[in-house]
Formats: sequence, structure tokens, C-alpha cells
Amino acid sequence: MDLTFTPEEEAFRHEVRSFFRENLPDDLREKVRGNRPLAKEDYERWQAILHEKGWLAASWPERYGGPGWTATERHIVAEEMALAYAPRLVAFGLNMLGPVLIKFGSEEQKKTILPRILDGSDWWCQGYSEPGAGSDLANLKTTATRDGDDYIINGQKTWTTLGQHADKIFCLVRTDPEAAKPQEGISFILVDLETPGIEMRPIRTIDGGYEVNEVFFTDVRVPAANLVGEENAGWTIAKYLLTHERTNIAGVGFAARDLSALKELAARSFRNGKPLSEDPLFMAELMRTEIDLEAMRITNLRVLAESESGAAGGPESSMLKIKGTVILQKLNSLTRQALGAAAAPFPADALPPNLLTVAPENASAAATYFNNRKLSIFGGSNEIQRNIIAKDLFGK
Amino acid sequence: MDFTPTEDRRMLSDTLRRFLTDSYPFETRNKLAYDPPYHSPEKYTELAELGVIGAFVKEDAGGFGGEGFDITTVFEEIGRALCPEPLLGTLMSVRALADLGKTDMVEKIIAGEIRPAFAVFEPEAGERLDDIRTEASGKKLTGRKSVVYGAEGGDLILVAARLSGNIALYAVRDAEISGYAMMDGAGAGEVLLDNTEAELLSEDCREVIEAALDAGRLALCAEAVGAMDVQQAMTIDYMKQRKQFGRPIAAFQALQHRIVDMAIEIEQARSITILAASHLGGEHRSRFVAMAKNLVGRAAELISEESVQLHGGIGMTWEYPGAHYAKRLVMIDHQLGSAESHLLRLMEAA
Repeated sequence: MDLTFTPEEEAFRHEVRSFFRENLPDDLREKVRGNRPLAKEDYERWQAILHEKGWLAASWPERYGGPGWTATERHIVAEEMALAYAPRLVAFGLNMLGPVLIKFGSEEQKKTILPRILDGSDWWCQGYSEPGAGSDLANLKTTATRDGDDYIINGQKTWTTLGQHADKIFCLVRTDPEAAKPQEGISFILVDLETPGIEMRPIRTIDGGYEVNEVFFTDVRVPAANLVGEENAGWTIAKYLLTHERTNIAGVGFAARDLSALKELAARSFRNGKPLSEDPLFMAELMRTEIDLEAMRITNLRVLAESESGAAGGPESSMLKIKGTVILQKLNSLTRQALGAAAAPFPADALPPNLLTVAPENASAAATYFNNRKLSIFGGSNEIQRNIIAKDLFGK
Repeated sequence: MDFTPTEDRRMLSDTLRRFLTDSYPFETRNKLAYDPPYHSPEKYTELAELGVIGAFVKEDAGGFGGEGFDITTVFEEIGRALCPEPLLGTLMSVRALADLGKTDMVEKIIAGEIRPAFAVFEPEAGERLDDIRTEASGKKLTGRKSVVYGAEGGDLILVAARLSGNIALYAVRDAEISGYAMMDGAGAGEVLLDNTEAELLSEDCREVIEAALDAGRLALCAEAVGAMDVQQAMTIDYMKQRKQFGRPIAAFQALQHRIVDMAIEIEQARSITILAASHLGGEHRSRFVAMAKNLVGRAAELISEESVQLHGGIGMTWEYPGAHYAKRLVMIDHQLGSAESHLLRLMEAA
């Protein structure tokens, strides 16, 4: 056993860390550190910096503009990006549609769409979930009916993350309502959001923020050339997409970052007359979480090593999703608790800066905690992940 | 043994429930709770007219209740309705004033003519009186009170301050206040005291303040129990309606067990709140109130998190009433000492 990275990998980490330190704009880092909402141009600015360096599309092959990293290198970059408080990369184009087109798309689709993802010309969003098809995604009802050289789309998508910034949406749609099984008769199709008949409505979330939307389709006419892969073979694409980018599912970098910020906070927050860092109850919870995180870090590396050796992915990614989200949510909860009564104002930045009772980076701790309840719900809820693990343990 | 409420308390809770249901339909509640002044002064007066504030103090002080169970009767309904009125500050203030024999003020508060707020918390001092730094000099106060519930728009702020080594209580009428909404709705404010004129109510009243804070903690426990009942009922309803994989999600045993665990914790929370209420006037008051605040804090967080999770994405939306119950349930732990700070108190006393 050797739990260390190779000297080459350590050198790579050093290079990545220096690049982020020198090139991530201060105002972006402070926004991310304070959990303040990012504007569209904040995301675009950071992605342009990475694009210029050739580091944007971590998971793409070199011939399509990827950096040609190994899975371990990708893991290192994801970890360092979190630790640097860089904006999250918008995954829909880079980690979802990109890999799908590279595997299933036509040459024409690859040629026209991939470069526009890289240079930021197009912002993609995802049209999977529907009101009746959440965890049970195969139950989706949105239809695409062939009419000459077009498809006509009718239905509703929901939980469309950052759809308000998007130019394009990739959707799962039902092309054969008569199919024997719900998974059959589904297709994967690309839609320009400028097309007539599309309406996007904001959904305000529990924390008062706005990042998800409903999208309504009424007789939306889309060229048949926008179909990706075969008609009625969309489920295969959806499954490929869900299993493709699993190296960062545990969010180890985010957890490590939040843990160290929490330790700093604990040193300057008081409870019952003492710093929290001297409070046995608080520190016991913090240390338990750190232990869980250390174990998860190694579990994550074991999965990574396995995938480097080409072994097929088992239910480990589901384990990482569950554990990773629980640890992040616990850290959010402890951060909120560390502030005591001062966590209560909403929104925290409603107070003039000279009246803030907490440091600006902690002002939104309660809002962040409530917003991140989503982590165990989206991307296949933790209950669904448990079903996947159970199926594996009991032999299908 | 008899756990049924008295006829008077049952009538109070029925009346109050009807009034709150009519007065705070969900959209009205949200508008009131998140827009200044973060509650309805008219509704507050109507609540006073219903006798809600009179229930907080004993007859000899001008009220008609004052026992632990009177407080829990009112606040359980406040919790059920997610009512944003600043009654917590009123409760603590009117009880402290009653203990100090300030009958004039008590009567006016009971009648709803003046609305008080109770200011103990400071940026460096939680609910611990030992850490209070606000200083009195003659009839002037200097210091800062933070996250004071109901400070915005109140007529009178009772301020705990240091006076020659003791903790004194003052009445402040013209403080500089910066108000804001809370994460879960309703208002609070920063109270900035800079040589601010104040009326001395008592030179040394640590025990009076502690008793008022414990009454407030009991009220928060009852409020949480009321809110948890509603949250559980909403979650069960949703699970019966929401279909995934061809059947209602209520049919999945793994999810049923989680609802069962929630139900058990709610009953535990109800029981410890009853226990604390029964000791409010006794010598073990602070011990049982601390136990209640700890258990209720834990249970409320569990109910909040589980109810959001079992609702899936819907539970994350502002439009859904359950989201606001979920927030209230978690944020109760940020008022008047968290579950863990009360556990520490119990450990120190053991």
C-alpha cells in the first residue's frame, strides 16, 4: 500500500495551486468565500481564465480541447479549485453535454457545439426532471413528436439549475409513448431557448435565493438534426451521463475547505464564556466530522485508483454521494451553530457592514445551511443511492 | 395523573387557533413576516384583546394565568400558525416587570397599549448574564444589544446592564434601533446604546432576568412542538399523494420508518415540554427548562431536516409552507441558548 501521490502528481498539485493563487481574481474568491450569489459574468470570467490556460474541460480528450489529464490529475484540480474558493464550473456544458456529444454526437454536432462550450458562447442547462419524474426519472412525460424534418416538443421541465443564464437546454423527451417499458421510447435532444413556445419561470428557494427554474414547452419546433444519438435511445445516454463524471462526487475539496474555515471560526466564536474551540461538545462534533472526512478522502482515493486501473464502477459512487453530502451538510450545520444567535438575521447582509456581528464570510451561514439541504435531494436523492447500493448488496 | 388541559386553557387555545387561522393565511403570514415591520401591529393589539398577554402573568400582577401551562397553551398555537408577532419579547418583559412589581407597565402591556422587547444578548455575550458588557452610568446606558426580537417598532426595551458589579434592569424608550427580518421571518434589531437615557427598574435582578429567560425558553419549546405537529402532518399528507415508481412514496417501508422516528421524537419533545412547564414556578425550574430546550432543539432539527428530505425538491421551495416551518424549527435553536449550550449548563450543574 502506498497512500501518497507520486512526486509528479505532487508537482502537478503545486503548479495548479500556484496558478489558481495567481489567476483567480480576489473579488471572485471573496464572493465564493462569503457564499454570495454569483452573477453570470462571474462564472464566465473564471471559465475564460481556465479556457485560456487550456484547463477548462478537464474530462475531455485532447483532440476536443481537453487538457488530457488522468483521473488523479482531475481529482487534484477539483480539490485545489475548491480550496482556492474558485467559482464552481458550470457542469452542464463541460461535464454533461460535452462528454455525451464526444461519445454519442454526430461529427457536425461535435464540430459546432463543443467549441462554443469552451469559449463560453453557449451556456447550457439540463432538462431532465419533471414534476412527476424526480427520482423516478423514467416516468417523464414531455413529448417530442416527429413532424417532417422537425420535432414538436410539449411538456414541462423543473429544477432547471441556473436556467436563467442559459442559451440552450438539453432534454430527455418521450418520442415513443407506446414503448413497452418506461425507460424505452426516450430521446436526448438539444433545444435553443430562443425557440418560440418556451417559457422559463423562476422558483424561489427556501433560503430566499434564485437558482432553479421551471421550463414550459408549448408546440416548440426543433430541427430533427438536434437529436443526439438514435431516436428512443436516450436512456442509454442519460445513464452514461450519470455515471460519467464521478471523480468529484464526494466533494472532498469542499468539505476540507469548509472544515478548516470552521476551525478558524470556532477559535473566535464564544459559547458560555469560552471560545468554541475549547468547548468539548462542539469540538467532539467537529472532530467526529473530521474523522468521517478523513475516511471519505481515502474511500474516494480507493475509488479513484480502481477507476484508473480500468475496473468497472460499482456502487461506491453512491456511497460517496451519500457520505459526501452528509459531511458537507454537517459542516454547514456546525458553522451555523457556531454563530449562535448571530446566525439568525435574514438576509444576513441586510445589516449595514458596520453593524455586522459576524465576519462577512460567515454572514450567510444559515442561508447556506438551508440551501444545501438540496445536496441530499438532487442528482439522485440519497434514498435512491441507498436503493442502488442495496440492489448491489443483495445481488440485483 | 391527568394530562388534559383545564377548560379555560382549552377555550384559550381554541379561540386562539381560530383567530390565528383566520388572521395568518400562508401568503399573508409570509408578507408580514419578511416585510417591515415584520409583523402586524393591528393583529398584535387584537391578540392582546383576546387575552393572550394576560395569560402570561398571574392574577396578583393583573393577569389571569402565569403558569407554565398558560405559556405553553399560547405558544403551541403560535407555533402551529407560524405567527410572526413579537410575543416572545412581550412574554419575557411582562414577567420580569410583574416580578418587579411594576403594575402600571404590566397593565398597559396586557392591554396591548405598549409593546416591550427584552434585550439581553450582546455580540460577545450569549444568553449568559456573566458576559454582559453594557454599562450603566447614572441614568445613561452604553453598549449594544444584538438580535433583539421585536425591537423594531417596540415602545419600550428592557435592557440588562452592568451596575456596580450587579446585573440591573433598565427601561429604554429612545434607543437607536436598526431592524431587520430573521432567516425564518419576523423581526429583530440591533439596539445601539450610546449614553442613552434609561429608567432604572431594578439595581440587582439577576434571578428575575433568569426566570424571564426560562419562561421564554419554555415558550420556544412549546412553539416548536406546535410547529412540529403541523410539519409532520404536512409531510404525511405529501407522502400519501406523491407518486414515484408507480405508487405513493408513503408505501415505501424505509420512508415509513423515518416518519415513525419523527413521531417518536415529537412525543418526546411534547413530554419534556410538559415537564418543564410543570416546574416553571419551582426550585428546579432551570434544570428542567434546560433539558427541554436541549431535547426540543434536537427534535426540531430532525423534524425540519427529515421533512425537507422526504418532500424532495418541493420542500426546498419558498412557495411551500413546509419550507418556512422547517426554517422556524431550526432557527428556534438559535434563540435563548442552543441545545448544546443547555447541555453544557446541565453538565456544569451535575
